[in-house]
Amino acid sequence: MNQPASLWALSIQFAQMLLVLGLAPLLTGLVRKTKARIQRRQGPPLLQPYRDLRRLLNKESVLAENASWLFQVAPYLIFSFTWVAAALVPTFATGLMFGWTGDLLAISGLLGAARFFQTLAGMDIGTSFGGIGSSRESMFATLAEPATIMIVFCVALIAGSTQLSTIADYMASGAAGLRVSLALALIALAIVTLAENARIPVDNPATHLELTMVHEAMVLEYSGRHLAMIDLASHLKLLLYISLIGCLFFPFGIARMGGGPVAYLMGLGLYLAKLAAGAVLLGAFEMCIAKMRVFRVPNFVGAAFMLGLLGVLLLFVSRGM
Amino acid sequence: MGHCSPRAGPTDWPGAEDMGHQPEMIEPTAWCIAALLALSALSVCLPRRHGAIYAAATLVCLALLWCGATSLAAPVSGLKLPLGLPVTGVTLSLDPLAAAFLIPIGLGGAGACLYAIGYGQHEAEPARVVPFVPLFIAAMTLAVLAADAFVFLFAWELMSLASWALVLARHREDGNIHAAFVYLVMAVFSGLTLLLAFGLLAGTEGGFTFGAIRAARPTGGTAALVFVLATIGAGAKAGLVPLHVWLPLAHPAAPSHVSALMSGVMTKVAVYGFIRIVFDLAGPPVWWEAAIVLALGGATAALGALHALMERDLKRLLAYSTIENIGIVFIGLGLAMAFQSNGFTPGAVLALTAALFHALNHTVFKSLLFFGAGAVLHGAGTRDIGRLGGLIHRMPWTHAAMLTGCAAISALPPLNGFVSEWMTFQAILLRPDLPQWGLKIMIPVDGALLALTAALAAACFVRMHGIAFLGRPRSEPAATAHETDAWSTAAMALFAALCLVLGLVPGIAVDGLAPVVSSLLGERLPPQLGDKWLSLIPISASRSSYNGLLVFLFLASSTMIVVALAHRFGSSATRRAPAWDCGFPDPRPETQYTAESFSQPIRRVFGALVFRTRETVDMPAPGEMRAGGIVRYSRDLAWDGIYTPIATYVGIVSTRLNTIQFLTIRRYLTFVFLSLVALLLALALWQ
Repeated sequence: MNQPASLWALSIQFAQMLLVLGLAPLLTGLVRKTKARIQRRQGPPLLQPYRDLRRLLNKESVLAENASWLFQVAPYLIFSFTWVAAALVPTFATGLMFGWTGDLLAISGLLGAARFFQTLAGMDIGTSFGGIGSSRESMFATLAEPATIMIVFCVALIAGSTQLSTIADYMASGAAGLRVSLALALIALAIVTLAENARIPVDNPATHLELTMVHEAMVLEYSGRHLAMIDLASHLKLLLYISLIGCLFFPFGIARMGGGPVAYLMGLGLYLAKLAAGAVLLGAFEMCIAKMRVFRVPNFVGAAFMLGLLGVLLLFVSRGM
Repeated sequence: MGHCSPRAGPTDWPGAEDMGHQPEMIEPTAWCIAALLALSALSVCLPRRHGAIYAAATLVCLALLWCGATSLAAPVSGLKLPLGLPVTGVTLSLDPLAAAFLIPIGLGGAGACLYAIGYGQHEAEPARVVPFVPLFIAAMTLAVLAADAFVFLFAWELMSLASWALVLARHREDGNIHAAFVYLVMAVFSGLTLLLAFGLLAGTEGGFTFGAIRAARPTGGTAALVFVLATIGAGAKAGLVPLHVWLPLAHPAAPSHVSALMSGVMTKVAVYGFIRIVFDLAGPPVWWEAAIVLALGGATAALGALHALMERDLKRLLAYSTIENIGIVFIGLGLAMAFQSNGFTPGAVLALTAALFHALNHTVFKSLLFFGAGAVLHGAGTRDIGRLGGLIHRMPWTHAAMLTGCAAISALPPLNGFVSEWMTFQAILLRPDLPQWGLKIMIPVDGALLALTAALAAACFVRMHGIAFLGRPRSEPAATAHETDAWSTAAMALFAALCLVLGLVPGIAVDGLAPVVSSLLGERLPPQLGDKWLSLIPISASRSSYNGLLVFLFLASSTMIVVALAHRFGSSATRRAPAWDCGFPDPRPETQYTAESFSQPIRRVFGALVFRTRETVDMPAPGEMRAGGIVRYSRDLAWDGIYTPIATYVGIVSTRLNTIQFLTIRRYLTFVFLSLVALLLALALWQ
């Protein structure tokens, strides 16, 4: 790679790292606004998540008396694992400078590491709420993680690579065509997105003080800047999954390496449109469905695992599926 | 290198130019074995100096590690000693495969002995432990160096017996005698099947040296039988399902450093035995053999992880996790066999490298975890995680080391466990057009099982770590636990650092294993350390790459940036207050989640199928003054389906045959005569 090209790739990389960080709270705000409008409410303003973050950052952190160093370090680790994972997903342009650092499997591993610290932090104080949240989160993860790997397998087998930039280029070129396995993978990824981001019907992000909550129960003891970090990581994770669906299944308009400024601007505009569409769809879907009982969730997420496995089996049996 | 584009030609990898100038390392290695045996004898004479014995054994193991590391790329060197059987003598040889397994032995042995310098001081009866540890390591080394069937089987049995003695070291504790008995039965069974396998390999001419066996490889039915016997023999030692039942009994019964040796190293010697027979001696594998290994590996990995998730005993949990990791290694080996039997060498190379790398990684993190379990056992006096809690405050160093080990074994980037599982996934994703339907189905199913295993293992180690080290102490010993000694801490810190180094620069291990893979398959992965950024690129850059070092740098820098920003632009004030707990904090530690309650949802999802879990409410009758409760029944299907029936039949048969024990001398003579006639008749008919 020559000097200007690598400089360009580097700037794309940093632009997109800052972009995902800046957009993530807005995305959550849009989902909340959509839900409020469907309920015929005014709802909080779109920028409310930013204000919440600022408010939390400016408050002091109240730690439980027996909180350990792990409890204090975990929020930052959760955030940085999620941010690095989000930085590896091409959003509006492929050809990221450090895209080769980690592939889709590494992204799944990084999110797994974030969850590892989140569940451990939930158990650190030794309250029953923290335990219930961590335990249920672990149970969902034992099905959602393999489902993610199966989805990775589906797209990687079709594109012949686990590198996201390569996959996005291949999908954008239209060579993949319409395939049964890709459809199965898309459904599975949609289910995984709901489960991993603690959305209805798996978990309710708006709930408090209920025994059915999972994610909120884990972070119940957090406050101040620590809670801000965890909230920001959750916003980022939602953005990551919607970007992932966009770049794997709807990659049209994504700017390829070496495209002109127009291509990049168009890519950016289309990316924003895709995010907005994803947020509105998610909000609308959440309003159409009731939350499941906890022990119905394994069937729901297990279905994603089975769909993914079915897609992979189809691809092993016949290359055209 | 087939269809991929290596960054360097096959001749300019490190070590190629000085082939032939390597010193022959077989003699120093043989001296190491002799030194270990001498230490074993010396420890009987000097019963009070076990610290010195362990220190000397550490140095010898480091020498073994050095011998293994330097002879990875060296030509095969052999040695014939005038010992043992008069005709054959003792043939030893050090080829790349043997060198690759000397590394886990040397590394795991050195770590365990270093740990034991401190940990061994707490031993109540050191004379029951110290002499057998060097003997055990020597036997494992000899098994790897053996170049004829006699030496191999002798070393294999010696390894079993030495470890059996170590399992019995604490024979007064509940269940240990039973564990040792089950272990002995399985070890004898494993030795017997390997004896038969080598008998078939040697053929009627009786060429028992590995060279002679290689010259006349078996074919057809004999080869199939050899494969089945070797899989049973080596698999029983490694812990393949359904031959795993002894492992969670025997490994935890031994002192912790020996548990680390048994789990981290001895299972690797079993893997070595399998590779030696199936890949080397019995010739190229056939596809249905690969399908069997894939099925066994997948089942072993998933069942091991599920069992570990249900376990409350810290060391038994780790033993079940060993079974899981052996399953992952066998998935890699099965993939290598599947690809090799179809002539797809690049895939076989990647899968075999992944399996060997995972075996090495498992040695590192499982030793670390057993060291930590020993420290917990010593510091808090129990290995029941249901009675622990809050150890992060009392044992900070052990906690930090265990956290690293848990993250590594849960396959989290940027540590080493992730890299080897990532490589196994990459091998599955190569998807060559295999003609056999069995493999077409089995390979993706194994991919799914591997993914499930990784997720279950992560949940298992979150549970173990969270219950034992975080939260509030659940018992008095846990509340007053103390940190372990400096030697043990040093051993744990070194192994935790190794987890990080192997994760950040996996190229060291992958390049080191390349000559081993090329000695078995004829090809190797492209060199990894030549890359500018030290990325791991197994096939080609556009296909897949992973760079642990950069991931680590990104994580470290983004964590530091965000900490700095949050403190700069936000409030950095911190206040300590009682736990919130939704406004109703309860000071009693019993209100925390327990080990059982943590795994209850997962047990409910998988348990009914795998363990036949039943939960019934035990309600006392009206007027009865006892507490009600929920009773949980769960079963190990391997025990119910295989071992209990076998034990029952053996019991019935031996009761019947008991009558033979009390006959008169005339009847015995008649028996002898009749069996002689029968044997002669059989011989006459056969010829």
